[in-house]
Amino acid sequence: MSALQTFGIVIFGVGAVVSGWLVFRTDSMVRAAYWLMASFVAVGAILVTLDSQFLGLILILMMAGEMTIMAIFMVMFMMNPAGLNPMVMVHQHRTAIAAGVGSFLLLATVALVADFPADPVPLGADPTAELGFELLGRSMLVFESAGVALLAVMIGAVAVAGKWGRFGDADAGSVEPELEPEEGGS
Amino acid sequence: MIEVILLISAAIFGVGVYGALSQQSFVMIMMGLELMINATVLAIVAFWWGTTGGDPRGQLLVVVVLAVMAIEAAMGFALVTAVYRVRKADITEKLKRLRN
Repeated sequence: MSALQTFGIVIFGVGAVVSGWLVFRTDSMVRAAYWLMASFVAVGAILVTLDSQFLGLILILMMAGEMTIMAIFMVMFMMNPAGLNPMVMVHQHRTAIAAGVGSFLLLATVALVADFPADPVPLGADPTAELGFELLGRSMLVFESAGVALLAVMIGAVAVAGKWGRFGDADAGSVEPELEPEEGGS
Repeated sequence: MIEVILLISAAIFGVGVYGALSQQSFVMIMMGLELMINATVLAIVAFWWGTTGGDPRGQLLVVVVLAVMAIEAAMGFALVTAVYRVRKADITEKLKRLRN
């Protein structure tokens, strides 16, 4: 691996982590969706650097579409989508920080302590072509299964999100529940 | 080099865990889950690149994870819509009571 590739991986890696963190620090939910997309784009760039051009570009294209849909959902359902007011919508904050830091430390320990076999992608290989032959060759059943699963989810998502419910309209008589104060909280 | 990429992946996963556990908004929780899957994709590609000699089945696993990511997003958005229709709820605190 050249020094330029190493430099790129580190820069994009830091960018992916920082933009991932900013998802939960911004006041605007729409901006949060696009910070998440920035994190995915940075990871996609790392994938391209690691000789996995097809997966990197697929990840970026897929996430560009998904984050745009997510931004629309933010505007539809959430308050303060434009970030005009400060927004802190968190609960169990210390527990969440401890869990996040704990999982990072655990995974980082494994990454640093474990002895991984060194068998990199050979020079001159064409991973994209090999993936294509794999997808349309011996692993076609896996590929087809993923496609069928996506079709099933499309049908299921329409059924779940539809206005019609099992006993009539899903939103008939629906009332917004009141927020209850935490027991023992201020 | 694989260790550096795995450290980056671990950091993204940690941020995702924090987001999924700390956020009240359903969509923000989904963003935390997406970040965790993002870290998983990065770790799988790192292992494929550094330890498998370029076996294409490593990349195939990423394709499966990307399908899982799409499924999670589609069902997540559908459930958010369904919950909003039935309970007019957009944050987890409004779903503390399932009765009535």
